[in-house]
Amino acid sequence: MAKITMREAISQALSEEMDRDPAVFIMGEEVGVWGGTYAVTKGFYDKYGPNRIKDTPIAENAIIGGAIGAAMVGQRPVAELMTINFAFSAMDYVVNQASKLHYMFGGQFTLPLVIRAVGGGGRQLGATHSQTPDAIFAHFPGLKVVSPGTPEDAKGLLKSAIRSNDPILFIEHATMYQVRGDVPDGEYLISIGKSKVQREGKDLTIVTYCKGLELSMKAAEELSKEGIEAEIVDLRTLRPLDMEPVLESFKKTNRAIVVEEGWKSYGVGSEIVSRIYEEAFDFVDAPIIRIAQKEVPLPYNRTLEQAALPQVPDIIAAAKEVLK
Amino acid sequence: MKKEQQLGLYHQMVLIRRVEERGAELYQQGKIGGFMHLYIGQEAVSTGLIAAREPRDRVITAYRDHGVALNCGLSPNQVMAELLGKSTGMSKGKGGSMHMASVEKNFWGGHAIVGGHLPVAAGLAVGDQYAKNDNVTICMFGDGATNIGYFHEALNLAKAWGLRVLWVCENNKYGMGTSVERASAVGEIRQKADGYGMGSERVDGMDVMKVYDAAKNAIEQVRRESTPYFLEVVTYRYRGHSMGDPERYRTQDEVKKWQLNDPIGIFRKYLMDKKVANAKALDEIDARAADEVNKAVEFAEASPEPALEELFTDIYVD
Repeated sequence: MAKITMREAISQALSEEMDRDPAVFIMGEEVGVWGGTYAVTKGFYDKYGPNRIKDTPIAENAIIGGAIGAAMVGQRPVAELMTINFAFSAMDYVVNQASKLHYMFGGQFTLPLVIRAVGGGGRQLGATHSQTPDAIFAHFPGLKVVSPGTPEDAKGLLKSAIRSNDPILFIEHATMYQVRGDVPDGEYLISIGKSKVQREGKDLTIVTYCKGLELSMKAAEELSKEGIEAEIVDLRTLRPLDMEPVLESFKKTNRAIVVEEGWKSYGVGSEIVSRIYEEAFDFVDAPIIRIAQKEVPLPYNRTLEQAALPQVPDIIAAAKEVLK
Repeated sequence: MKKEQQLGLYHQMVLIRRVEERGAELYQQGKIGGFMHLYIGQEAVSTGLIAAREPRDRVITAYRDHGVALNCGLSPNQVMAELLGKSTGMSKGKGGSMHMASVEKNFWGGHAIVGGHLPVAAGLAVGDQYAKNDNVTICMFGDGATNIGYFHEALNLAKAWGLRVLWVCENNKYGMGTSVERASAVGEIRQKADGYGMGSERVDGMDVMKVYDAAKNAIEQVRRESTPYFLEVVTYRYRGHSMGDPERYRTQDEVKKWQLNDPIGIFRKYLMDKKVANAKALDEIDARAADEVNKAVEFAEASPEPALEELFTDIYVD
């Protein structure tokens, strides 16, 4: 067990899986000679060479389409999208091909494919480079969508994703690469599709994932000083969605808020709240509140951008509101 | 080419035409749903092309795929059953007309997004390059697919990475109802390969032996030189783009002119001129193909519907 960054945890997962299985290779923009635009694959090119660390043209259809083809014939590519915003250029491959080829051909093709993508706002990159569109991708059956909130989960989930025979979109947050946490050395696997209680509490349930986990943990510490103990359930996987820990927690606290970085309308929170109302209506003691991004394209200006993104005080205020 | 193989190609071409003709009838009877694109008129293209491959060479195509499936070795029973959406189809009735495939026959589909399978084809070749074998991927597509971005990303990657792909454009003159002249910057589609430094040639797609010879050379070149190559195969579809096409974009005279140049007629004459077979022997092949297709229709109609539980299978492996 060592305290390492999210970046190191992801890097470790990739290199361990490449060492373990020669079918695993990486392809994407600037993953090789450059070392990865977020330095996740720094040193990989020298260690593994150009055949296993493939620098691609800036051509997202070729990257994801190409990775799909290679996966169909038995390789295990990890394709990297420099940012998830570029997934829109390759939308057909993510939602129309990766998520459907197994089903549509009666199970003949399998796609052991991981698409790593960096998402999230907060870096003043302007509206087209700062999105958190996770819910869009989680909408499609056939695709699995994973988005870790701690270095430990990042390592365990990515290693499992690479070993999975399903196409998996693995979403990392651009502002979380320096987050530190305890991560087990070597072999460490976490099942895809399992939510986890990251903090125990009795007064209310906060359902969240990825960046929302970081914010919610901070909010919970503040609330604790005022005698409010929040239980935090981290979804970790958006599809398939594991509601069991959420419902179990809610049946105990009877009050919940949902925290996500994407827009509120048609978002992850909408799904979670609907499911709670459908499956635990008798346990509802207060209307559930959704914390999400303001309904605007993210602006460049730092003050405006931060005003649009969910913040710790928003969570604290919502927690007090549901406890009224 | 040996006599038996030539007669085999003739049989495949006739078989495709009979499957398509019966398919059209069944569609009109409401037994086949969705979109259906017939290969009638284009039989020489995939027949000549696929005859030129080694079994290890991969084939991937667009949605006009029934003929390609048959050429790859799928049975008329499987093709007809998939058209009828039955559990005995190769995609268990979940794919339909546009989504036929067989891993066993090295046939990778049957893809219905125009141009969408071209980067996937490049990816099949990436997989083979990574595995360090010399398999060739044969990727077929229509003229319409050469105007979309996927085409250009795929050709660029194939050349930049030295992928073993034979790109085969079936230029049948129209992308749906819009002629090549109205939609493409260049009328001779093979010119688009020039921009990627890729060798290319234009082939008469109504003559199966010409297609075969060109494909044989091209496949061997791609294998030997580890670089992609581009074939533009000029052909024509006699039926509409899909079932229910009002065909306002061309005249019946134009269609009739091409029908004089029928690929089955041309090959039949060739076989008789070369004394490979007489009319009686070829008629027997025609009758055999018709019989196989009748049996395939019976098989498909008698086959069970997919069980309702099938709705929820094959979504994920793990």
